[in-house]
Amino acid sequence: MMVLEKRAAPSRWWSIGAPLLALGMAVVLGALLFAVLGHAPSRALYVYFVEPLTSAWSLEELAVKATPLMLIGAGLALAYRANVWNIGAEGQLIMGAIAGSAIPILLPGWNDALAMLAMLLLGAAGGAAYAAIPAWLKNRFNTNEILTSLMLVYVAGLFLDWLVRGPWRDPMGFNFPKSVAFDGWHVLPTLTGRVHLGFVLALLAVLILWVIVHHMRAGLAVRVQGIAPRAARFGGFSAPSITLGVMLFSGALAGLAGIGEVAGAIGHLQPSISPGYGFAAIIVAVLGRLSPIGVVFAAFLLALTYLGGEAAQLALNMPAKVAQAFQGLLLFLILAAEVLVHYRIRWRGRAHGAARARQGGGA
Amino acid sequence: MGETAAEQQPLLEVRGISRVFGTLLANDDVSLAVQAGEIHALLGENGAGKSTLVKIIYGALRPDAGEIRLEGKRVQLQSPAQARKAGIGMVFQHFSLFEPLSVAENIALALDGAHDMAALKQRIGEVSAQYGLPLDADAMVADLSVGERQRVEIVRCLLAEPRIIILDEPTSVLTPQEAQALFATLRQLAAEGRGIIYITHRLEEVRELCERATIMRHGRVVAEIAPADHSAREIARLMVGSEVHDVSAPPMAETGAPVLHVRDLTLPAPGPFAVALYEISLDVRAGEVVGIAGVAGNGQRELFAALSGERLAQNRGAVFIAGHDVSLKDINARRKLGAAFVPEERLGHACVGGMTLLENLLLTRHAVDASVVRRGMIDHAAARVATQRVIDEYDVRNAVPERLAAALSGGNLQKFIMGRALDRRPALLVVNQPTWGVDAGAAALIRQQLIDLARDGAGVLVISQDLDEIFEVADRIAVISRGELSAPRPAAELSREEVGLLMAGAHEARHGTVHAAQT
Amino acid sequence: MSGLEAFVLTVMAAATPLLLAATGELVVERAGVLNLGVEGMMAAGAVVAFAVALGTGSAALGALAGALAGVLVVLPFVFLTQVLAANQVASGLALALFGLGVAGLFGEGYVGQPGVRLEKLHVPALSDIPFIGPVLFGQDVLVYVSFVMTAAVGWFLFRTRWGLMLRAVGVNHHAAHALGHPVRLVRTLAILFGGAMAGLAGAYLSVSYTPQWVEDMTAGRGWIALALVVFATWRPVRVLAGAYLFGAVWIMGLHAQAAGYGLPPQLLSALPYLATIVALVVISRNRALTLANTPAMIGQPFVPER
Repeated sequence: MMVLEKRAAPSRWWSIGAPLLALGMAVVLGALLFAVLGHAPSRALYVYFVEPLTSAWSLEELAVKATPLMLIGAGLALAYRANVWNIGAEGQLIMGAIAGSAIPILLPGWNDALAMLAMLLLGAAGGAAYAAIPAWLKNRFNTNEILTSLMLVYVAGLFLDWLVRGPWRDPMGFNFPKSVAFDGWHVLPTLTGRVHLGFVLALLAVLILWVIVHHMRAGLAVRVQGIAPRAARFGGFSAPSITLGVMLFSGALAGLAGIGEVAGAIGHLQPSISPGYGFAAIIVAVLGRLSPIGVVFAAFLLALTYLGGEAAQLALNMPAKVAQAFQGLLLFLILAAEVLVHYRIRWRGRAHGAARARQGGGA
Repeated sequence: MGETAAEQQPLLEVRGISRVFGTLLANDDVSLAVQAGEIHALLGENGAGKSTLVKIIYGALRPDAGEIRLEGKRVQLQSPAQARKAGIGMVFQHFSLFEPLSVAENIALALDGAHDMAALKQRIGEVSAQYGLPLDADAMVADLSVGERQRVEIVRCLLAEPRIIILDEPTSVLTPQEAQALFATLRQLAAEGRGIIYITHRLEEVRELCERATIMRHGRVVAEIAPADHSAREIARLMVGSEVHDVSAPPMAETGAPVLHVRDLTLPAPGPFAVALYEISLDVRAGEVVGIAGVAGNGQRELFAALSGERLAQNRGAVFIAGHDVSLKDINARRKLGAAFVPEERLGHACVGGMTLLENLLLTRHAVDASVVRRGMIDHAAARVATQRVIDEYDVRNAVPERLAAALSGGNLQKFIMGRALDRRPALLVVNQPTWGVDAGAAALIRQQLIDLARDGAGVLVISQDLDEIFEVADRIAVISRGELSAPRPAAELSREEVGLLMAGAHEARHGTVHAAQT
Repeated sequence: MSGLEAFVLTVMAAATPLLLAATGELVVERAGVLNLGVEGMMAAGAVVAFAVALGTGSAALGALAGALAGVLVVLPFVFLTQVLAANQVASGLALALFGLGVAGLFGEGYVGQPGVRLEKLHVPALSDIPFIGPVLFGQDVLVYVSFVMTAAVGWFLFRTRWGLMLRAVGVNHHAAHALGHPVRLVRTLAILFGGAMAGLAGAYLSVSYTPQWVEDMTAGRGWIALALVVFATWRPVRVLAGAYLFGAVWIMGLHAQAAGYGLPPQLLSALPYLATIVALVVISRNRALTLANTPAMIGQPFVPER
């Protein structure tokens, strides 16, 4: 029988090895999945995982897709460290996009560098304010933030839908549900190809996460609260403040990702502005083991699943949902591999026999 | 192997039991025999392997080697259900009760066979009458006192009609009077021809109650004795393996002004399974140790939380530290006034097991020590120096600042936690269960530290379930019972029996005298 | 058909999937496990039920297959949480994402195809009684199943030995283990039951509610079912009441949309989600009530020491 034996301290080796093992298993299972779907596994794996890395264009696209994942993932990593399960980042992304878009849509004449800064700030503020709702409800009424933050995703999606079909629809847009196209300072400047300013902000967010977690009292508070709430109270850390703080932080970064998408990658507001980045970022945070550097790698990996999914759709005519199924599978495997960090796996019975033989003389 | 030609076949015989946990040899070739009608003590320090052994006998753990015989017949116990069928019953130390379920449901869970609650309730009534263990079968366990819960455990065990009964530290949660009542029940059970294994670390009880005792140390049996023939001191030496140092308490000098002053502190229960505090008043003066005795679950945690500031009072004028009204101030404000706190649970409350000692030092220093945290930024180098100093000066073994708290033994971690508090030269120390689950050597050291701190001019408040500990360290003693605190009295004027009566609630104003008359 | 009759019938239709899924999750949580993956299990149940109904022509067979799909898709969750003692919140989220993704992947070919509808019961004479007939005797089998299962769960939990054991495991798994109760076996069975019920709830959507397959057709019902269990303070009768309350909110939104009133349809579509938040606030603000009723072990992994 398989038994788990708690390690005295988490294994350093497996804290790096576990995500890699999960990735390896995901590739193997992915190959199986492709075979079931009727594709030659080697060809499909190449199209999915390798081809996107072979051209400059697709590498840039990888960075574009990694941008929101990194931003949101960094925020969620801090929230999850506090054991605050914000799973409504998708909604916060949408509200950030809406808040930031208010400037190009409502004040089209204000088109300078300051306007762009205001868009970014409004985006972060929109996401933060939306994330503050579940935090406030939790602190005030003890509601479960998982359920409330998720419910608000649906509400945000419907709100955006109403805006772009109603008051914010482009009057010259032939009745298409989209806003006016952003231009000038309303569009984030690009670094190379389609990679925009958001990418720099994402790296900055990861850096800030690192400083908070490893060098600030606030990071200590968050970690203690997440592992041992009673010890946090003993340390004089306030649980409601921590809950609100990490929700504001993760909401702001999700909002920033949202405005980055509409002002960077898309260029206008439309009913659907994210292929589930807010949910994929949950995987980014967990796969990155809630560490700053881990989030960077995981964001690129998840970006690759999106890009690979698109490539597989085009080249192999595979269903679009393959990316989402693969992401779910990946998360399962990470969680399974994660066990190796904290536990040693033993097979009782055999090992037992050895112990018995060793002890036998005493009887 | 030849059968020993014993004139009396032991009821239970355990031979050569060994069990490994990872690298720890928890039981190493342990043997033990219990006769019918015998109350057999199993003695040893925490971690000596007593719990592992009885879990194996009760089928909850499997041995790596060795055998168990019942009346000479070898048995394989794969599960507690099998053990119960074979006639082995157990009363657990940390009660294995389900708080939101009724007494009858709790008992049904430990019995095999048909699910007939009406018949079960009737049998509960019969058994509790027979052994003088009154119980309300429909009461929710969460509403019961600790003593009543133990009765549930014992009745539950008896309903399975066991021939062997194992009791794990049964009196650690009882008043001296309740313990006497339990002894009467146990003698009655033994007289019926049952065998009883009695685990404890209270040596006087063993001398009073048990015919024989098996003593364990580091997973091995080190002696089997007749306790009546030995002094408590000799038995202690066998348990610990070396001479136990006495704590020396020099006479108290003049006490100074109160460093802790509590006046009519009343707080509602913080949750459904907690205790409300009622009009608590108390002074702790510089230079003295005040002890608060009481049975577990009578408001000790709630009182500690209210004194430390983890929970604030409801109004001003309830808690004063060093002359300042801190009723509505949080724990760090109280620390800034020179107070230090040591809670009961080492892991998860006093320390975070998954964090390093350095981070655990920051846990209590971050707001009060500008050398380790300035403007929200942590100075790791300074924190490392402070952590190393605590490790060195307070004899924390096997430790470096980067070691995880969970990797330390209970005694060493408690030394670190005490050191972390003492290192700041506190003017007031409030400590809850200072030596709970700590080895004898560390316990003696910690008790000495408490006395020395007071004699150096600090006020010390010790909350403890261990009456011996209270009498060893305290200059004045108060008793907490159902959230009410008796007036502190000089330790020299009090006897154990008097304290026992107070623990049973003799002083309670709110609950009246009915309860006291019952017990 | 009167307006009231139509309203009651549509409320029942909207409430049934919530009732099925929430009843399953109630048992799971009573055993001390939090499975957040209801939405994913429902999606898997919905797509498999649709495909099997289409393939065999039998909607009933489809519904059974849907339940089976719920059981199959929850197996990784069982392995993660019961064998590997992984974090239940993260594992449940993984199940939600995985179930939705796999359902979308395998459902791609079925988008837009007309499905097979589960037949409604017809008892001669009885079903023709106005109002009472269609409401009581004219439903499809899953509606009756939802009632029977809720009653059966209530009986099981509070009247049987295994039900007592399950509650005990959810309240204190250390004590249950010490007494020799098979904690992980009980939990595994509870999770599988929850999977079957969620699969059935999904099947109801794709073979009865709207016999078709559309991506994301579960529309958050799995999450609402989770909220329902909290709202019902883990009691079967209250789950029943809650499911019908939410069904009514859902239908009122639809009716209001049809009637117009000049309100944006998106606002009315958002009603069930907003109502869920309100319900959570109403029940959670009473901390003593939730604390006393929450199975104490919920979300905590159990690792036996043997």
